[in-house]
Amino acid sequence: MNAALLLSTALSSIGANKLRAGLTLLGIVIGVSSVIAMMAVGRGAQVSVTSRISDLGTDLITVRPGTQALRFAFFGGGGNSDVLSLADALALKDEVFAPDVRLVAPENSFSGAAIFGSENTFVSGVGVTAEYLEARNLTIAMGRNISNADVQNTSNVVVLGSETSESLFAQRNPIGATIKISGREFTVVGVMESQEGTIFNPDGSVLIPITTAHYRMNNGKGLIDSISVSSINVLATSESTVDDARTDISTVLRLRHELGVDDEDDFLITTQQDTIETLEGTQGTFVILLGSIAGISLLVGGIGVMNIMLVSVTERTREIGIRRAVGAKRRDILFQFVAEAVLMTFGGGILGVLVGWTIAYFGNGASVDGDIIETVIETHIAFIALAVSVAVGLFFGIYPAVRAASLNPIEALRHE
Amino acid sequence: MTTNSLNSVPVIELTEVTREFQIGTHVVRALDGINMTIEQGEMVAIIGPSGSGKSTLMNTLGCLDQPSSGSFVLNGQDVSRLSDNQLAETRSHQLGFVFQSYNLLPRETALSNVELPLKYSGGYSGKDRRAAARKALDRVGLSERYDHRPMQMSGGEQQRVGIARALVKNPELILADEPTGNLDTKSSGEVIQMLRSLNEVDGKTIVVVTHDPEVAEAMKRVIAFRDGRIVEDRLMTNSESPITKLNVDSSASDEASE
Ligand SMILES: Nc1ncnc2c1ncn2[C@@H]1O[C@H](COP(=O)(O)OP(=O)(O)OP(=O)(O)O)[C@@H](O)[C@H]1O
Ligand SMILES: [Mg+2]
Repeated sequence: MNAALLLSTALSSIGANKLRAGLTLLGIVIGVSSVIAMMAVGRGAQVSVTSRISDLGTDLITVRPGTQALRFAFFGGGGNSDVLSLADALALKDEVFAPDVRLVAPENSFSGAAIFGSENTFVSGVGVTAEYLEARNLTIAMGRNISNADVQNTSNVVVLGSETSESLFAQRNPIGATIKISGREFTVVGVMESQEGTIFNPDGSVLIPITTAHYRMNNGKGLIDSISVSSINVLATSESTVDDARTDISTVLRLRHELGVDDEDDFLITTQQDTIETLEGTQGTFVILLGSIAGISLLVGGIGVMNIMLVSVTERTREIGIRRAVGAKRRDILFQFVAEAVLMTFGGGILGVLVGWTIAYFGNGASVDGDIIETVIETHIAFIALAVSVAVGLFFGIYPAVRAASLNPIEALRHE
Repeated sequence: MTTNSLNSVPVIELTEVTREFQIGTHVVRALDGINMTIEQGEMVAIIGPSGSGKSTLMNTLGCLDQPSSGSFVLNGQDVSRLSDNQLAETRSHQLGFVFQSYNLLPRETALSNVELPLKYSGGYSGKDRRAAARKALDRVGLSERYDHRPMQMSGGEQQRVGIARALVKNPELILADEPTGNLDTKSSGEVIQMLRSLNEVDGKTIVVVTHDPEVAEAMKRVIAFRDGRIVEDRLMTNSESPITKLNVDSSASDEASE
């Protein structure tokens, strides 16, 4: 029997029991559409995280204290916080040893309650130098930035994140106002532009001079050079010199920390690319997890196909006998039943792709518990899902088909 | 009318054919050393009590089954040791089989049922298939029933569709296992008339298993079975069989002889 005849025979057999075929198909449709939708959501999350990180600028390099073992603890400061000092940061500006470094912005942190009049809000504070805004791709909406004079003078000045400003001042102009942070008085000199939607959102923070943060907020001691910093933000001269800049930083810091050839780095250098890769890796696992869960429902759909095909073989034993008696070979019967299974799963696959795409399309931008879901529709996923559904049909159709083909024609004809 | 030509090979030649079935520890010998030759153009009735091995013989002749021992030569080819695929080929090309219970596909039309054997033999376009199926249905007098499904036809009509299906590839040999077993006298007469016409007009070799003495007497040769053995093999002397004498008024035979 040729392929066209095989298909038309299989189609007419499927058509003979539309409800049953429809229900069987439904299993595959649900499986495939959930694969498609899950992958779209997963990929959407991945892409949006990546793009938010890229918003920070891909020439950004972060140096933190710590050893390689702590590499994956991005957000918490691991390691001995005394390892990096303000002097280390200044040394990275050296044009001879670090020619690929354009900008250096050390920071340290503190936290506390900010109070203005009867309003108060909890803030995460960053001690910064004038370079911080540029390094972090932030802008001033109102007033001015922390200046290097403020740093020199250990001034009690503060730049507010937009949310902090709103909490304390609502619509009023905060510039020039005096607020209290952890009991100390600060003059508001500026407000940052809102960065809503970015991954390291500074809206709820406040910036003060790094010296003020060290001596006043953290009760630190020592000379200005010895001020410990929680991290150093470094901008490379361009995106293409990020790797060179990383080498520069490593060389300078190893020299300054007097590390021997066999000593491990006591600092961690993370480029934006590293962060993106690691996050993408994590999210990749997440996507695979989502995909597998959806894949299981496809598997269940496949088992449904097998079940129906087995029933169908039993019911159609006599038909098989008739076909064999008039000249059908075993393989003709085998192919017919495999074709039926594959047609069902392929049909279900196509419908599933359409349904999955529809869900992904309308799901894009939907909000669940305040989180905006982004979806990314990828054509290759659709092709993979279709290929998988054909494979499911083959896999689960082959056993019933083999059973059909191995029936003895005489016994099959006698079957009631 | 075809006569037996001595220089042509026999259509069927069985030599010491046995067929045994194992049921538990018990062995049933359904065919017990059958020797039988059927020449081209013969019209043979196989009779015998129930369980005497008639159907077993027909399944063997129809290449649906193979002998346990002995040889079966069909049109000069030994088919007793063929592979499953080769048997299917032989069924497809060398013979047509008519069943007691018609064995039509219930969802398909008469035309499509008759087309079925052509679908498994390749070399036919859809158009060729339909043309051949129409011709076969015309031959059995069912020109008006192309698009009827089995349930929409009488038993006699269904059996004629079955005969058309057996005919569609124009085989030399037609085998029928109790083709009238499910039919009333009138339809039965039509079917036998049809088979006779195929033998006399088209020169087909025909082997019919029957319990009905009238059907047997309408054939030219009768072979009687008992306990898996041939107990009688005789040629009918009277050329005019009772059924022909009855001259059953069947549209089938009228159209068939057109
Ligand atoms: N597949 C089988 N397995 C076991 N025994 C079988 C099988 N087919 C036939 N037999 C046995 O072989 C013997 C002959 O059976 P067969 O069907 O050929 O008889 P029959 O002459 O056609 O009978 P009937 O007139 O009732 O149709 C019987 O005893 C039967 O039980
Ligand atoms: Mg029988």
